[in-house]
Amino acid sequence: MDRSTAAIDVTDLTVAYHDTPVLWDVDVRVPHGVLMAIVGPNGAGKTTLIKAILGLVRPAAGQTLIDGAPYAQQRQRVGYVPQRGSVDWDFPTSVLDVVMMGRYGQLGWFRRPGKRERELALAALETVQLQQYADRQISQLSGGQQQRVFLARALVQDAQVYFMDEPFAGVDAVTERAIIGVLQGLRAAGKTVVVVHHDLQTVPEYFDWVTLLNVRVIACGPVAEAFTDEHLRRAYGGRIAFLGGGSGEPHPAPPAEHDAGPAVIVGTPR
Amino acid sequence: MSPQLEIQLIAMLVAAACALPGVFLVLRRTAMVSDAISHTILFGIVIGFLVVRDLASPWLMAGATLTGVLTVWLVELLTRTRRVHEDAAIGLVFPLLFSLAVIMISRFAGNVHLDNDAVLLGEIGFAPFDRLVLLGVDLPRAMWVMGGILAANLLFIGVCYKELKLSTFDAGLATALGFSPALLHYGLMTLVSLTAVGAFDAVGAILVVALMIGPPAAAYLLTDRLARMVGLSVAIGALSALAGYWLARTLDTTIAGAMATMIGVSFALVFVFAPQRGMIALLRRRAGQRWIVAQQMLAAHLLQHEGTPAAEDESRLSTLGEHLRWSPGFVVGVVRRAEAGDLVRRDGDALRLTARGRALAVAAMTR
Amino acid sequence: MDLLTDYTLRSIALGAAALGIVSGILGCFAVLRRQALLGDAMSHAALPGVVLAFMLTGSRAPLVLVCGAALAGWLGALAVLAIVRLSRIKEDSAFGLVLSVFFAVGMLLLSMLQRSGAGGQAGLDKYLFGQAAALVTSDVITIAALGALTLLVLAVFWKEFQLLSFDPDYAASLGYPVRALDILLTSLIVLAIVIGLQLVGVVLMSAMLVAPAVAARQWTNRLGTMALLAGGFGALAGVTGAVISATGRGLATGPVIVVCISVVVLASLAFAPGRGILWGWLRQRRSRRRLAAGDGARP
Repeated sequence: MDRSTAAIDVTDLTVAYHDTPVLWDVDVRVPHGVLMAIVGPNGAGKTTLIKAILGLVRPAAGQTLIDGAPYAQQRQRVGYVPQRGSVDWDFPTSVLDVVMMGRYGQLGWFRRPGKRERELALAALETVQLQQYADRQISQLSGGQQQRVFLARALVQDAQVYFMDEPFAGVDAVTERAIIGVLQGLRAAGKTVVVVHHDLQTVPEYFDWVTLLNVRVIACGPVAEAFTDEHLRRAYGGRIAFLGGGSGEPHPAPPAEHDAGPAVIVGTPR
Repeated sequence: MSPQLEIQLIAMLVAAACALPGVFLVLRRTAMVSDAISHTILFGIVIGFLVVRDLASPWLMAGATLTGVLTVWLVELLTRTRRVHEDAAIGLVFPLLFSLAVIMISRFAGNVHLDNDAVLLGEIGFAPFDRLVLLGVDLPRAMWVMGGILAANLLFIGVCYKELKLSTFDAGLATALGFSPALLHYGLMTLVSLTAVGAFDAVGAILVVALMIGPPAAAYLLTDRLARMVGLSVAIGALSALAGYWLARTLDTTIAGAMATMIGVSFALVFVFAPQRGMIALLRRRAGQRWIVAQQMLAAHLLQHEGTPAAEDESRLSTLGEHLRWSPGFVVGVVRRAEAGDLVRRDGDALRLTARGRALAVAAMTR
Repeated sequence: MDLLTDYTLRSIALGAAALGIVSGILGCFAVLRRQALLGDAMSHAALPGVVLAFMLTGSRAPLVLVCGAALAGWLGALAVLAIVRLSRIKEDSAFGLVLSVFFAVGMLLLSMLQRSGAGGQAGLDKYLFGQAAALVTSDVITIAALGALTLLVLAVFWKEFQLLSFDPDYAASLGYPVRALDILLTSLIVLAIVIGLQLVGVVLMSAMLVAPAVAARQWTNRLGTMALLAGGFGALAGVTGAVISATGRGLATGPVIVVCISVVVLASLAFAPGRGILWGWLRQRRSRRRLAAGDGARP
């Protein structure tokens, strides 16, 4: 791995749906081996940013590089976990089959998954603690389990850079812990993980890098530098509430800028 | 009245009557229900015929209408078992009932004038020969029937206009306000069914769908107001029906088929040429938007990098295309338009935002 | 007994079996991708293609008519796509419109042919509701050859089609050309539709896509098994229906086949182990009774 280039390098990226820009001139540079959250209010373009990097939506301007090369050349190094709601979970397929789909990129055209793919998929299922569910139909899983199946599918891709779209949406606290454990394991193995995240409270605890997004990039950098009151206020406008210090919120000491030690919660009105 | 004039009047009546409930089918995104209903009423018609032995009996009409409503209910029942998605449920129910009807026709009713041609095309050409004297007025039966159905549709939509509008737009709010969307839904489905039964004699089972969906779909591209959409649908339907009659006479072919064909032509014309929402208007607007968005992007890009160390490099005309991944030709086009609009000015090879350009960038980015 | 000795019956049964297998298997993808109504629109849209192909070439060769049908079916699908993409008309209205207007144009042309008394037009009627008795050897060969081609392509791209149907975004992220795969799969469905037109007819052909797949889905949770079962159900209904219709008095084949496959669907929905509605209902009743008993035990 070439350490001089960034794992992800997005420059001047603008995405527009007809006349409505969803992302404005976004610059994001993510070094290797970090676990990064993308946070921002609803409609901030978080999912669009991931999809643009993966070439799923066409940008109006700008470019993205993975490890210094365009995505089309780096597909083998990238894993993707889409939103759980994006597929029909009543589809007639088993957990193991879904996980094996993660190998399709390496298999290429026409070749069918075989014994090796099975073994890799089973190993990934073990990592997410679902090995006993391998032969289940996917609709028989809980939301958290479905999310872990998607995670396992990304794991068998054996990528260097992972993109995950809201992996914690609708999962219980135990699953969330399990998933974050896996993600931290990936980081420890030198991989780069980018996660669209909703819960501001857990950002300092889970992640070491953060991008605050609201159509533009408000801040991007290590959590200690980027995750500040001022940046949050700019990202969320008036829709954010700060709790006073000593609220007993179960999260580690806030970054240096938080002198008063406020815990942060989102008050996004729905 | 000559039979030819009567046929034209009936054709217009049928089209107008079909267009009315069709407006709400199109707006409620349940257009394919009309496809299912128009097929399954045949089942009701055949069963009714086997019982009362009279195609003109009001009992037969009532029974057939009921079958249509039953179809809607069956599809909902199947969907609710969660074994089948709605589209597949529709695709299961109506072929079965329609098939049973076709088989029964060929087994038991083959001797009456209820054959495949009548099922698929109706017999509007023969309508003037089946007459009914009511209140001393001697008119084709079809005219009485379709006139009555048109009146019923007008009455229902007139009385429930507000409720229909609300429940179509926001079923949740309608429920909260105490209007039952289910009741309105089934009321509407009964009308769709009744209208399809009435129109069956004239245009058969499948072409009813064109009469119900085509005019409202065209009207939907011409106006944003519900009341106007209703009026336009009726007008488009009636005029297409008239044009269809003359097309059929010119080509010596089926009147019902020509009516539906002309509805297709009307829709195609509106679809391409409608002033605001037509294809040409849309494509032109999108092309214009592309330049506007690109100019905003250019301004935003310059603003983003203003005063940063990279500003010189990012604002150079020669490297702009590389940064934004725009083709050289596109860069020239955007910059030319931006200069003409006094958004940027050239400073050697570099582009500088004008006050106007800066204001545009700020406005675009803080939206 | 007839089936084994009578040459005509045998070829009809063969054709019907081939059609049932192909439409059953392809139908699985149509149903799983929620394209049941697209199938309906495309099959109705095929009618003007059949009639125009005959009018332009004067030939009733099955391959010519099938090509016309396939082209028109494709055009119908494209029209739906254009209407949805380029206006605010929603999919359901676009389906209804394309289905009925294309069908109307077909009927208009057919009626013109009939009134002009053009020779050989009688054969086109069978494309409305299907006519097994009119099937000749060259038709069966066409059906079988096109069916085999369709299944071969499907087998080659099986893994890709499975991924496309389950999670198209993920397929795109892996680098598969999703748009091209989508077009290929839709083309195969169009082929499955047109090879059934002679036996089932344009009006009811969509049922041959939807029904076997829905029936098969109740029995299994695996796509491969589902496809095999759907092919089996389709063949069973096809052969039964075609033979009943060919030996019966002037019964159109399409409706008979549809009734046969509908019986299979109803039985599957009711009795299939696991997903059957009957078992679900029994389970619910038992648990309700248990709850009621528990309530009764409480003071």
